[in-house]
Amino acid sequence: MDGKKTVTIYVEGKPHQVEEGKNLLDACLSLGYDIPYFCWHPAMHSVGACRQCAVKQFRDEKDTRGRIVMSCMTPAADGTRISINDPEAVKFRASVIEWLMTNHPHDCPVCDEGGECHLQDMTVMTGHSYRRFRSRKRTHRNQYLGPFVNHEMNRCIACYRCVRFYNDYAGGRDFGVFGAHNYVYFGRYKDGVLENEFSGNLVEVCPTGVFTDKTLKRHYTRKWDLQTAPSICVHCGLGCNTIPGERYGTLRRIRNRYNGEINGYFICDRGRYGYEFINNENRFRFPVRLERHGDGEKTGTFGSGEVIPHIKSILQRARGVIGIGSPRASLEANFALRRLVGKERFYQGTSAGEARIMADIVNILGNGPARTPSLRETESCDAVFVLGEDLTNTAPRMALALRQSVMQQPARLAAGMKIPRWDDKGFREAVQNNKGPLYIAHPHGTKLDDAAAAVFRGAPEDIARLGFAVANLLDDNAPGPVKDLPGEASSLAEEIARALENAEKPLVISGASLKTPALIHAAANIAFALVKKGKPACLSYAAPECNSMGLSLMGGAPMEDALKTVQAGEADTVIILENDILAGQMAPDQAEALLSARNVILIDHLPGRTSSMAGIILPASTFAEGSGTFINSEGRAQRFYKVFDPSGDIQESWRWLRDIMVDMAYPGASGWLTLDDIVSSLSAEIPGLRAVANAAPPEGFRMAGMKIPRQPHRYSGRTSMNAALNVHEPKPAEDHDSPLTFSMEGYAGQPPSPLIPRFWAPAWNSAQAVNKFQPEVNGPLRGGDPGVRLFEPKENALMDYFGKEIPQAFTPEKERLFAVPVYHIFGSEPLSSLSPAIAGRIPAPYIALRPEDAEKMRVPEGHVIELPPFGSLSVRIDGSLPEGLAGIPYGLPGLKDMELPAWINSPAAAKKGGQ
Amino acid sequence: MLSVLKAIWAVLLHMFRPRVTVQYPEERPHIPPRWRGRIILSRDPDGEERCVACYLCAVACPVDCIALQATEDGHGRRYPEFFRINFSRCIFCGFCEEACPTYAIQLTTDFEMGEYVRQNLVYEKEHLLISGTGKYPGYNFYRVAGLSVKGKDKGQAENEEPPVDLKSLLPGRMESEQ
Repeated sequence: MDGKKTVTIYVEGKPHQVEEGKNLLDACLSLGYDIPYFCWHPAMHSVGACRQCAVKQFRDEKDTRGRIVMSCMTPAADGTRISINDPEAVKFRASVIEWLMTNHPHDCPVCDEGGECHLQDMTVMTGHSYRRFRSRKRTHRNQYLGPFVNHEMNRCIACYRCVRFYNDYAGGRDFGVFGAHNYVYFGRYKDGVLENEFSGNLVEVCPTGVFTDKTLKRHYTRKWDLQTAPSICVHCGLGCNTIPGERYGTLRRIRNRYNGEINGYFICDRGRYGYEFINNENRFRFPVRLERHGDGEKTGTFGSGEVIPHIKSILQRARGVIGIGSPRASLEANFALRRLVGKERFYQGTSAGEARIMADIVNILGNGPARTPSLRETESCDAVFVLGEDLTNTAPRMALALRQSVMQQPARLAAGMKIPRWDDKGFREAVQNNKGPLYIAHPHGTKLDDAAAAVFRGAPEDIARLGFAVANLLDDNAPGPVKDLPGEASSLAEEIARALENAEKPLVISGASLKTPALIHAAANIAFALVKKGKPACLSYAAPECNSMGLSLMGGAPMEDALKTVQAGEADTVIILENDILAGQMAPDQAEALLSARNVILIDHLPGRTSSMAGIILPASTFAEGSGTFINSEGRAQRFYKVFDPSGDIQESWRWLRDIMVDMAYPGASGWLTLDDIVSSLSAEIPGLRAVANAAPPEGFRMAGMKIPRQPHRYSGRTSMNAALNVHEPKPAEDHDSPLTFSMEGYAGQPPSPLIPRFWAPAWNSAQAVNKFQPEVNGPLRGGDPGVRLFEPKENALMDYFGKEIPQAFTPEKERLFAVPVYHIFGSEPLSSLSPAIAGRIPAPYIALRPEDAEKMRVPEGHVIELPPFGSLSVRIDGSLPEGLAGIPYGLPGLKDMELPAWINSPAAAKKGGQ
Repeated sequence: MLSVLKAIWAVLLHMFRPRVTVQYPEERPHIPPRWRGRIILSRDPDGEERCVACYLCAVACPVDCIALQATEDGHGRRYPEFFRINFSRCIFCGFCEEACPTYAIQLTTDFEMGEYVRQNLVYEKEHLLISGTGKYPGYNFYRVAGLSVKGKDKGQAENEEPPVDLKSLLPGRMESEQ
């Protein structure tokens, strides 16, 4: 309640201190009272549509009659007196839910929402236990909404939350409400895939079962039967908190895990639906040996206890061992590899370009004066400049945060009219189509452009030049002025500089996706210049992978250097950690050269291009089968926990490496028994990672002497699920790495925030139970949000401006095109691409060409051309590309890559015939 | 000495009392119809499986001896892919029957389930499913539910209006009125 006035309100005659002007529903929920509601949502505020949250308000203590008000639409003022349990209010709420239920079908047993349904909870809360309605129910036809969301319109109670989320909050355009009164319909104009990247949140936003998780439906399990643990999303660098749920040894779904500082109530569809790669039938479950004898290959598995001595003998005979780390492996795994091969022989599993960019980012955020904001802070920034990052596709949750940040400046308009932010309809009416200053500079059009005040299109160098120009306009000492900036760009630079300068909390965003260090430097210069002007400027960089930041903090040379070491004969054995180096990170011929080392040992979970060239493969756990730590792009270290005990010999990568080290009698290795051992060892050894040990409570942590159960208190089938194999029940798996157990026994109350395995509270079975875990609705979780930040700008920190050499302006060529990578939320990330639901949304490989270029080459839209090294690409005409540029999708499965951006020969129209 | 005589006297008296021992199995005891014995899965009057795999029996079970997995046919009808009761754990409390919203799971009067091998007390769906409606004739869940399944489209359940025609300008116009 910083700076806000607190007032006293009386609930049932009891005085409470609350923030002035807050709505009463929010205030009462924060105080721990239960008031039923439907249309209100903590992130989407009040509209007063459902009439469910009625309470009685009294004029003063003498008033005994009072009047019924909607608590979500009534501000708290000093001396406000309300009663929730007033008989008239109780009766009113019971009538409202009875109306809402008249058309609700008799579906609960076959409804996927059942057991975690807000409507069920609210019906019980109001005491509506008997249906008096005997007339006929209205019915609706359902729509096909794509591979993510199932539609069952009969169940709708018309609370309007779905459209308010999809259209107002997430900026969707292909979804709406049709019809009137009892017949309103929420859906698309016609059947089709929901286009918005956040459509999966409808599942959690909908208070009943109209929108349900379609991937869960294929292996349906109730909430009470899911074994869950706190986890971190692995599909981009933002580190959204998730709750994966397991049953019968397979992962069933991912749900959002509220973290007030990061994802809040929403995650993107890649994070929600990318999980099924874990259930892939081709997973490595046992150590594999691949032998090549001239004419063919032989595959075999190792018996128990064979593989480690075998690896030991290889390593002892080797003429030098090097290790290739991975930006998608945990800190612990990378650290164990670094210990095994030695600091000098540990290589980051990223290209030189990416490694350099990440090192710059770590340096800028760690030592510079600008603060890296959490996503929550991003939402509160009132002027934003994005340099060369297609956020919707590379860091989707950040794009959603920016859609909220553009409301910051218009919010002043509403505040001037004395309209509180929680009055959503009034607020949006006051704001109209006003948007705060958001500037996006990117080579091609992005989905966020519709929220931007202005966009700039140019080659990466030109975007960097624009950035340097802005920095120079803000501070003369910054490098510049940029020579020969076109008039349009220089007036835009002035506009951006003015907007950032006039903002209360400006934010500059860039990232590694265009692989252009100048962009990183330009963004840093702008932020530094703003800080110099006394602005609390924020600086965000989107990291490419879930642990890119952690890997970079650990250090190590890039992969190209590893190849040099192998080619110089200094090493003949390569250990690769959870990294498909043939698929993207380095040029294919280089990767192949590296993999032709005498011995290649791969620790990974799924077959890829690299695994076919490895001699020994050790089966590694995924994020759901092991525990560890990731560091997100904000520099926040977060712990993820094993959700279930995997089958076969699968174990955490660091445990495999530990086993090898123990067998080879490394000093100290036998002391690495638990996760805590390795975490304390790594935080002691690497100065930048000292705080990692504080990311979550240690294994010895207990609540009332007990561990925290992964299984809910209503977990079923314990004595029957394995009975088909053996009627004698097996011993539950043990967990020596965390204060969580694989059991339904343990502490039943609320654990500390990093250990919350699910949101569930008495009478609150749905995801809405989060409000019981927050001292204040929509605020941090009790005891603070999980994770520790590693970067905080030091007082009076100073850093020199970058850019002794401002890049030259991009000059288009006649015979060649400059190809930039185009990212796709579905397709550019390899793990999620293996999930069937996501795979259905991946575009076919294409090349994006300007209409002029396509015309010159005489290739129509959809025409297939052969373009080495990429293979066949269909032509996509994209009018947003600037002259001389082409776009090629990044990392699509089946697309042969080269490192982009790069010059490519202008594709000659192959006469393969279009579609 | 006296106590021995007393005992003999007591035995003598008991010789003329009516016998309470039932000569099972030659003599069958009376089992009331609401007896809680061997659990079965029943079918609806149309001969389809009644179980919709809602997991309510499993969660109600105090000894957690019911395990199942839901799946769907091509028309959206939900049924259990497998349904297993571990009778070596079952306490025949009947909570599963009480919890069942479709009258699928029922306790019967059969109690003769003794086995020499404990593993044989694990019953799968093929052992549980009977061909009739059991104790509750007539009820068919899918005729009441709003979900459409094969042979029952939207709006064809009991007490349902035909689907709303969304493209009509008239409020509340139904498809059948086209």
